[in-house]
Amino acid sequence: MRPRHRIAALLATTAIVIAACAGGGTSSSPSAAGGSSGSGASQAGGGEPVTVDWWHITTGEPGKSDFQAIADAYTSAHPNVTIKITVLENEAFKTKLSTTTAADYPDLFQSWGGGIMADQAEAGLLKDITADIADWKDTINAGAMSIYAYNGKQYGVPWDMGMIGFWYNKALFEQAGVSAPPTTWDEYLAAVQKLKDAGIQPLAIAGKDKWPSMHLWTYLLLRTGGGDTLSEMIQSGDWNTDACKKAGEEVLKLNALNPYQDGYKSADYNAEAAAVGNGKAAMELMGQWAPSVQMDQSADKKGLGDKLGWFAFPTVSGGAGAATDGVGGGNGIAVGVNAPPEAIDFLKFFNSVENGNKLNTDNIGLSTVVGTESTVKDPNLQAVLEGRGNATFMQLYLDQATSGALSQAFNDATIALFLGQSTPEEVCQTLTDAAAEG
Amino acid sequence: MTAISRPARRRPGSSIRWLTIGLFLLPALILYAVFVVVPVIQAMHYSLFKWNGLTPLTDFVGLENYVTALGSKGFTTSIGNNLLILVLSLLIQIPFSLALAVMLNRRFPGRAVFRLLFFLPYVLSEAVTGIVFSLMLQPDSVVDSSLKTVGLEALIQDWLGDSTLVMITLFVIISWKYFGFHMIILLAGLQGIPRELEEAAYIDGADRRTAFRYVTLPLLGPTLRVSVFLSMIGALQLFDMVWVMTGGGPVNASSTMAIAMFKAGFRSHQFGYGSALAVILFLCCLAVALLYQRYVLRRDTAGAVTAYGG
Repeated sequence: MRPRHRIAALLATTAIVIAACAGGGTSSSPSAAGGSSGSGASQAGGGEPVTVDWWHITTGEPGKSDFQAIADAYTSAHPNVTIKITVLENEAFKTKLSTTTAADYPDLFQSWGGGIMADQAEAGLLKDITADIADWKDTINAGAMSIYAYNGKQYGVPWDMGMIGFWYNKALFEQAGVSAPPTTWDEYLAAVQKLKDAGIQPLAIAGKDKWPSMHLWTYLLLRTGGGDTLSEMIQSGDWNTDACKKAGEEVLKLNALNPYQDGYKSADYNAEAAAVGNGKAAMELMGQWAPSVQMDQSADKKGLGDKLGWFAFPTVSGGAGAATDGVGGGNGIAVGVNAPPEAIDFLKFFNSVENGNKLNTDNIGLSTVVGTESTVKDPNLQAVLEGRGNATFMQLYLDQATSGALSQAFNDATIALFLGQSTPEEVCQTLTDAAAEG
Repeated sequence: MTAISRPARRRPGSSIRWLTIGLFLLPALILYAVFVVVPVIQAMHYSLFKWNGLTPLTDFVGLENYVTALGSKGFTTSIGNNLLILVLSLLIQIPFSLALAVMLNRRFPGRAVFRLLFFLPYVLSEAVTGIVFSLMLQPDSVVDSSLKTVGLEALIQDWLGDSTLVMITLFVIISWKYFGFHMIILLAGLQGIPRELEEAAYIDGADRRTAFRYVTLPLLGPTLRVSVFLSMIGALQLFDMVWVMTGGGPVNASSTMAIAMFKAGFRSHQFGYGSALAVILFLCCLAVALLYQRYVLRRDTAGAVTAYGG
């Protein structure tokens, strides 16, 4: 009896070792797959049927069809791979993901990088793809790529990256006698006053959604304190700094001009975009998606067309920040912990120059693939792209760079400042408290 | 329940009876346990941790989340807003619904049309109502331009943006949506009261008001108390419409307990803290429900018997 037991035990152990080796083999194959270009993964997978689960939030057209077409193009070249796409609305996506357990985590999914992604990585929900993408990571914009890295490991790849700036109505500026876009904050405040005097609502913000004006405050902070100071504040969680207070005081100067559109306190972002798109408000501070949303929300569905212009956030006199420092962000795809090698191979395919050009020409985003810049035709988006290219420092949107209580506090604390219900000091204290809370 | 079970125990087939009752109750009990009891216990468990919903539950903080909640200005404002809606509903919404129900209980041409019209808002979903009203309340939209047309420009306000006004605006919209519901409940109650009783009061020399006060209203009591109960629970759980219209803003001015809970959980990813808020909300509802059952609704079971005796 005994020897038999031993043999059985030995057999069992062998089986486990073999299984473990096999497991190790498949998980190490992506680097091999990445090495051979194109159809590498399907060869590595030996033609075994594989399903890649992909959740994205590109619900609008033509983006939704483009994503489907890219997936179809990949699967027709790799017949063993099935890409199961789940298209979710932004809020529904966030809720669904936060209630999904590690075992059911999608292989590829929408991500904005930053703090939430770091939390997901920390919780072991993401796959470290640093080695798998080593041979093609240089085909992607490095600054954008860094947003999807955490502790030196890469967990996702961006496909869109832009920079926030002022979108303005050239006709209204002209009407108010503002000849050129302001380059300093003092000029900006003067321009706001001129617009006001001409009976034009200078600036649209969204009191209900909060984040548009949060970006304005971030820019003031970045211009006053500079990139290093801002990074230091995020790192240390100490927001009781001179830069933070100064930024708040500049907001109060702006508030004093009463520059915001009618109903701004309860406006959501769509209402903000409508105010600009319908030519009622002269400016909004917004990312690269602003023109398409303005178009969508405007009464005639045409937006401002040629009248729309873009300028970078002005410099603040005496501030440490450079005019080329930016606040930006975009969209990317994160890789779930259970992702098969084929998922990463698809990610490479998704970020080909050809597909990047398609996203540019269809106005779905500003592709991060190196060499796709020329397909951005719109002069305003070219300006955004130039800003992104020249950026000496790029800060990811603060509510995405951080997570937890602090992320929400950026929106809640700064809107109180813009609505005149808080002082600069209170904002800095609230943020410090929230950072301590984690 | 007790009336059935007590004699059953003495009978020989009682164990089979119990089994039958148990089997019939089982599906409901399982559903109740899985979707109510277990989540409540889970929330109580989570509320004792600092937890972002992703990592394992390791950071035990005891009652700290509760202390933070009750000390936070945002959450106490939220509780205040819930109570404000509750009180206003009882003082304004229910009496208004009652008055309409009494009117619509009389015979007059077009009665059915009015009943339908008044009930209609209740059929709309809260989200739809919220979106429609926020569009109407935009600056220069339907509400403002209507006021202008009739020469009442002076009354135009920043309806949802003014932090002192926003709760009143919301209350009016909530009342618009729910008065029809309470009206229908009360109307059903009124129709259950035999006409003869009121007629008898008239014969005894009572006028309309006296008859209503001393005959109709006491008999309508049970229905009225149910209506009040539903209204109170609704006020405590207020979420959808406020979330759609203001998101709790400006700066928490229209936040409610449920909104604070949702923001903590699904916006800030503070699931431990969010769970604590959920437990507080649950306890508020439970306390109201139990006290109301104990001191108010109890009269109805007893009252049904004594009313005829007395």
